[in-house]
Amino acid sequence: MENEPVTSTKPGGDERSPILSVRGISKRFGGVQALADVSLDLYPGEVHCLAGENGCGKSTLIKVISGAETPDSGKIVVDGVGHSQMNTTSAIESGIQVIYQDFSLFPSLTVAENIVLTSAVAVQKKFYSATAAAARARAIVDELQLDLDLDAEVGTLSVANKQLTAICRALVSDARVIFMDEPTTALTHTEVKRLFELVDKLRDRGVSMVFVSHKLSEILQVSQQVTIMRSGKVVTSGPVEEFDTRSIARHMTGRDIEDVRIVSDLPDEAPVQLEVEGLTLKGAYWDVNFNVKKGEIIGVTGLLGSGRTEIAESLFGLLTPDHGQVRVEGERVQLASIADSVSAGIGYVPEDRLTQGLFLEKSIADNIIAGSLNQHRSKWRTLDFRKVKATISRLFEELRIKAPNVKAPVRTLSGGNAQRVVLAKWLATNPKVLILNGPTVGVDVGSKEQILELLREQAGQGMAIIVISDDEPELVSCCHRVLVVTKGRITDELVGDDVSVERIQESMAA
Amino acid sequence: MDIRKTLRKLQGRNNEGTLLLVLLAIVIGMSLLNPVFFTANTAFAVLRSATVPMILALSVLLVIISGGIDVSFPVVAIASAYTTVTILLATGTDVPMVVVFAIAAAIGAILGLVNGFVIAKFRLPTLIVTLGTQGVFFGAMLTYVGAKYFPELPPTMAALSTVNILDFTTAHGRANLHVLVLLAIVATLLVWAVLKWTMFGRSLYAIGDDYEGAHRAGFRVVRTQILTYVLVGVIASMAGVAHITMSRAANPQDLVGGELDIIAAVVLGGASIFGGRGSVGGTVLGVLLIQVINNSLLLVGVPSAWLRAAVGILLIVGVGIQAVSARRKAQRVHSVEDVMDLTVAQRKEA
Repeated sequence: MENEPVTSTKPGGDERSPILSVRGISKRFGGVQALADVSLDLYPGEVHCLAGENGCGKSTLIKVISGAETPDSGKIVVDGVGHSQMNTTSAIESGIQVIYQDFSLFPSLTVAENIVLTSAVAVQKKFYSATAAAARARAIVDELQLDLDLDAEVGTLSVANKQLTAICRALVSDARVIFMDEPTTALTHTEVKRLFELVDKLRDRGVSMVFVSHKLSEILQVSQQVTIMRSGKVVTSGPVEEFDTRSIARHMTGRDIEDVRIVSDLPDEAPVQLEVEGLTLKGAYWDVNFNVKKGEIIGVTGLLGSGRTEIAESLFGLLTPDHGQVRVEGERVQLASIADSVSAGIGYVPEDRLTQGLFLEKSIADNIIAGSLNQHRSKWRTLDFRKVKATISRLFEELRIKAPNVKAPVRTLSGGNAQRVVLAKWLATNPKVLILNGPTVGVDVGSKEQILELLREQAGQGMAIIVISDDEPELVSCCHRVLVVTKGRITDELVGDDVSVERIQESMAA
Repeated sequence: MDIRKTLRKLQGRNNEGTLLLVLLAIVIGMSLLNPVFFTANTAFAVLRSATVPMILALSVLLVIISGGIDVSFPVVAIASAYTTVTILLATGTDVPMVVVFAIAAAIGAILGLVNGFVIAKFRLPTLIVTLGTQGVFFGAMLTYVGAKYFPELPPTMAALSTVNILDFTTAHGRANLHVLVLLAIVATLLVWAVLKWTMFGRSLYAIGDDYEGAHRAGFRVVRTQILTYVLVGVIASMAGVAHITMSRAANPQDLVGGELDIIAAVVLGGASIFGGRGSVGGTVLGVLLIQVINNSLLLVGVPSAWLRAAVGILLIVGVGIQAVSARRKAQRVHSVEDVMDLTVAQRKEA
């Protein structure tokens, strides 16, 4: 590692010097330019918001700064000393701490141990004293006036308290710059408020914080500086007063985003396709009741960990509920296994399509047909290849999958096209009910609209569709109704004009 | 709230409290059934037979906390002790007991180093590696050290084998407490202190909990893992020497195949087979429980062949309880706090 003094690069007028500056960082992964000439200045006592869509390079930038990745070119300046690269130890020694979304805590250890252990490891301590650890943890917890049970095992804590533990851990290691990845995604309204109060206290201590987030209203509420990235570049940066939610969205996506809402008119007499009654899985969700009509698209939303995914997984037979009933077209469905759900006509596009929804090394054609072999049998129970071929080429065309041909392995496809293959796999089975979990996560803006359009088409042909998502504009754009799940219960149902980004956010945070 | 906290403390983080109750229940039940059971003779006999399993269990505890499993420890124990005895007999030297333990410990450390190096450097599954080295170590011992049964031990060891710390006659015959019980007690206290008071001990829990996370947090995982297996070798060799001394003969076929009892004891003692959990207190209770069960089943006349079956069932029950509760936990997206909030909210509604 080369160290050389660098004179302040901040142009005149501002005599504060940044704790950490990033100068002209570039990084390539194979053919992808993940970061191109990125610069950033972080000042003490300031909250800096780093915004951008999925895959814009935010996480790569954090990894470079925290030493998990080496940049191809550029400089990281800490306290006026330039480094051509960092490593994890030197980053921690310089007071740079990253709190990832999963917090990297040890669930079987106590809160006190989690707070203290990492810093003890950093100074290569040989001995450990529970009383000294408790005292140190107590000091930081009291200083921040938090209500944390130091003797509790971290595994038993709520997400918000895990986050507080992670923040305390960072501060015990004398953090001066704290990066927080999507810090509010899994928090309720009151928890977010508590976090922001804590953030103010940390600012008073002169800590610099970087929030990585895509929640526009929160960005404006808590930060002083905003930097927006798109395709590996910084598109704009400045004090928060210069931005509003609209301009941030424009910079993030590169165009004006209009909240379009296109939903079909459902006839009143449309038959109920899916009926869920009193569904309960203790510890995950309780007493879930709703129905979906033929041709209807409903949205299910809620905070991360609210139970929305578990409800979907139960409908698909992955998690057997404790009690309750599910009927498809009036017929009761046994929810004991995936096979039961599939034969009842329920399809499920999972959250993590790469590991759960696709055979990555196999061709597009094999993936499309993988779920519907029984629908393509000849009378001898062997595969009817003519029928298979017809289905594959029909769906390949219909879903406008961008690939040279159907023989290309799925691994080579972009996020949007891979998602279309997962969709095609389920459409090949002709489901009566299709459940999609985060259908456009990691998909670019153009593909996103096409995928939503596809869903509208399928609903128009009589399918009942459930979209699980925390992307409010997406729900507004295509859903007839939106159900809000809070702590395992459906707490709100938005219909008609109530389906708006503001109403959904209000209801979720309540 | 305070009562709940005290109850939680009494139950222990790994259900040690429950285990203690079960142990007490069996002791009381057996004493009522058969008064001979509740005597110093039985107590001393149980302690004597628990000595070697206890020391071995401590070594297994370390590995299990770190998220691994070791099945080579009985072979490491007997190989290091048997080799030591063979060297002493072949050269006709007689050395103080401390030196006997030191030689065995050195051999145990080398064997442990082999395990640790292969596992930590190449990140291989611990079960497979130790299953492999178990065969290698055993074969190497039989080939290069010998397969002979020595009925006579070197004089110091033979002398130690008859030393008791307590020795008296009761209505039920002679009751004596062997001196090597002290070795088990000292080893137990040492391992307890290491786990509680050293960063090495705390690192074991962290690594067992989340290997990647520990790595990211700056723990030196490779070093810690290698050190763990070296320690396992050293502790196991102590057990080997204790075993040969107490049985007054050196048999290279002894101990081998006894993994089941030891691993069952540690798992019953609350150590999680998935890593990150386990306590010395629980392990002591687990070992005693299995010894008492073995002893009492024999007393009520259960054929010894069924003892192994009983221990096997206990192991599966122990792991089963862990696995089921782990699955419950994974399924539970809401923490205990959330559920409490919810019930409070429901009560308010009502």
